[in-house]
Amino acid sequence: MTLHLTLGPVQYNWPVERRREFYRQIAASAVDTVVLGETVCFRRSPFLREAMAEEAALLLAAGKRVVLSTLALAVSAAERADVAALCGQADLLTEANDAGALYHLRGRPHWAGPFLNTYAPGTLAVLAANGAEQVCLPWELSLDSLRPLGRTAAGLRLEVPVFGRVPLAISARCYHARLHGLAKDGCQYVCDRDPAGLTVETLEGADFLRINGVQTLSGAVHAAIHEVAALREAGVESLRLMPEAGDMVAVIAAFRAVADGQADPETAERVIREATGGEPLCNGFLHGVDGTAWVGEAAA
Amino acid sequence: MTPPRPMPELVCPAGTPAALKAAVDAGADAVYFGFRDRTNARNFPGLNFSHEEVRDAVAFCHRTGVRPMVAINTFPDATDETPWHRAVDTAARAGAHAVIVADAGVAAYAARTWPDLRLHLSVQASAANPEAIRWYRDAFGISRVVLPRVFTVDQVRDTIAAVPDVEMEVFVFGGLCVMAEGRCSLSSYAAGRSPNKDGVCSPAERVRYEQDGAVMVSRLGPHVINRFGPGEEAGYPTLCKGRFKAGGQAGYLFEDPVSLDAGPILPDLAAAGVAAFKIEGRQRGKAYISAVVKSLRETLGGGTARVADRQRFLEGGRATEGAYRKSWR
Repeated sequence: MTLHLTLGPVQYNWPVERRREFYRQIAASAVDTVVLGETVCFRRSPFLREAMAEEAALLLAAGKRVVLSTLALAVSAAERADVAALCGQADLLTEANDAGALYHLRGRPHWAGPFLNTYAPGTLAVLAANGAEQVCLPWELSLDSLRPLGRTAAGLRLEVPVFGRVPLAISARCYHARLHGLAKDGCQYVCDRDPAGLTVETLEGADFLRINGVQTLSGAVHAAIHEVAALREAGVESLRLMPEAGDMVAVIAAFRAVADGQADPETAERVIREATGGEPLCNGFLHGVDGTAWVGEAAA
Repeated sequence: MTPPRPMPELVCPAGTPAALKAAVDAGADAVYFGFRDRTNARNFPGLNFSHEEVRDAVAFCHRTGVRPMVAINTFPDATDETPWHRAVDTAARAGAHAVIVADAGVAAYAARTWPDLRLHLSVQASAANPEAIRWYRDAFGISRVVLPRVFTVDQVRDTIAAVPDVEMEVFVFGGLCVMAEGRCSLSSYAAGRSPNKDGVCSPAERVRYEQDGAVMVSRLGPHVINRFGPGEEAGYPTLCKGRFKAGGQAGYLFEDPVSLDAGPILPDLAAAGVAAFKIEGRQRGKAYISAVVKSLRETLGGGTARVADRQRFLEGGRATEGAYRKSWR
């Protein structure tokens, strides 16, 4: 079966012009589905609403499927209203990233996003009963844990994140604002200064994490290119890539080629390393070891 | 006239049978504890209860008039969900007042298998808005939700008003996740094991302390989490409480070493309508349990003499009211 490729939502606070150029390229790329939506910080949303409508129109015209994703952490009245509005629209399928969205979407077809904690078959059954058609599994799941999910996912399409900085945590507190000595409600949108997140180093200078507003991301870029065949064997039908700086079209093409048996993972790894500008890569989560680890071809 | 609101109950941690007895002796209304395995979020060596000890603990609580709650609040391993199901079965058969669950699949199992068993939703489920709480209520008959530590007091009040048929429990003292609970993989990224999968954050087997001249360095896996100068207390290297470098600054990027102490705002939280006050710390000893429970019990009654008794257990000697005060906004 052909593996489906999904491009997840932009996690960073990219300006509208950058997004426009990015999605113009994506429209001509090898992804099948593009997920749009601000999943990290509601304060960014007012700038994006119009842009996202344009992006959706562009992508639909290019033959892509478009899905809208909800906030991972919706607490305030405005954040909750944003989730309710996304779940209430009927033009496009919605992806739920918290149980509040599951409440709005119950009984209707939807996707369950990677911020829902889907670790086991019992959880999948609950999501299917709620109306989920596709479930994107959490980043920290190992291949060993994926396999039983693949065997029991009757009627559900399983997706696994295979590329991008890992969204490791989300908080009520904004670290960009905290670092700049600003209150969250008066943040001046300083996270837009770091289009690939702000580098967090250990005190001995090792690259460790990225802060992205209220979100904390991995320092290394997760790239499960050697694991594509194993994921397919595990019953995974869709691979999710997250937008990163660098040549995303080349990254997408590399995954497409490996998924179609047109390229070997070694070659694709070289393409990905070049397309991401030599950023450190990781894939340890899939192998049940530290997420920071890079396990090469032999072990995969 | 509306009847007076009952005083919120005090829900106390117990990592061992001895701590359980200390909590009961100190005046706990309810005690929560878990099994000695990955099914609970304090899966630390030397802690927690065997299945037989859970049965004994539940019986002891019933004899002493304290409500026993069993925490089964991690996310099951897909390769074998039976430990989570067995944990629910043992708690139900023993007559636990409630089980505290995080995973929707475990909640579904409990609701299906033990329809009369009271279900509390763990903070690890991250039900951070009324709609999320309604989803868990409608799907599994959840009676009480432990609110994530992301709310201001006003948001706690609004949430209670929005879902009046579900009880709300809030943390008032102890260790504090600065990240939304149940949504954090920092620990598994750095050191293999995580709260969600393994019930462990910043696993002890990966912690090292090493001396660098006069400086004590703490590491989690290969990563430096902190450096302590002479005279500084070398705390445990919990990842989000470490010192890091970013944007040309070095310091406590995510959170200073502090503990939650909502003592000063207990009346506000009670007036907001919370059903229960929760104390964190199943990994703590009898002395902590006894002092904190007595101190908070006294604060609930309007006294102030024992405040210092609990404050000596604050991490770094400092208290925060966390997200309850609007300083995070």
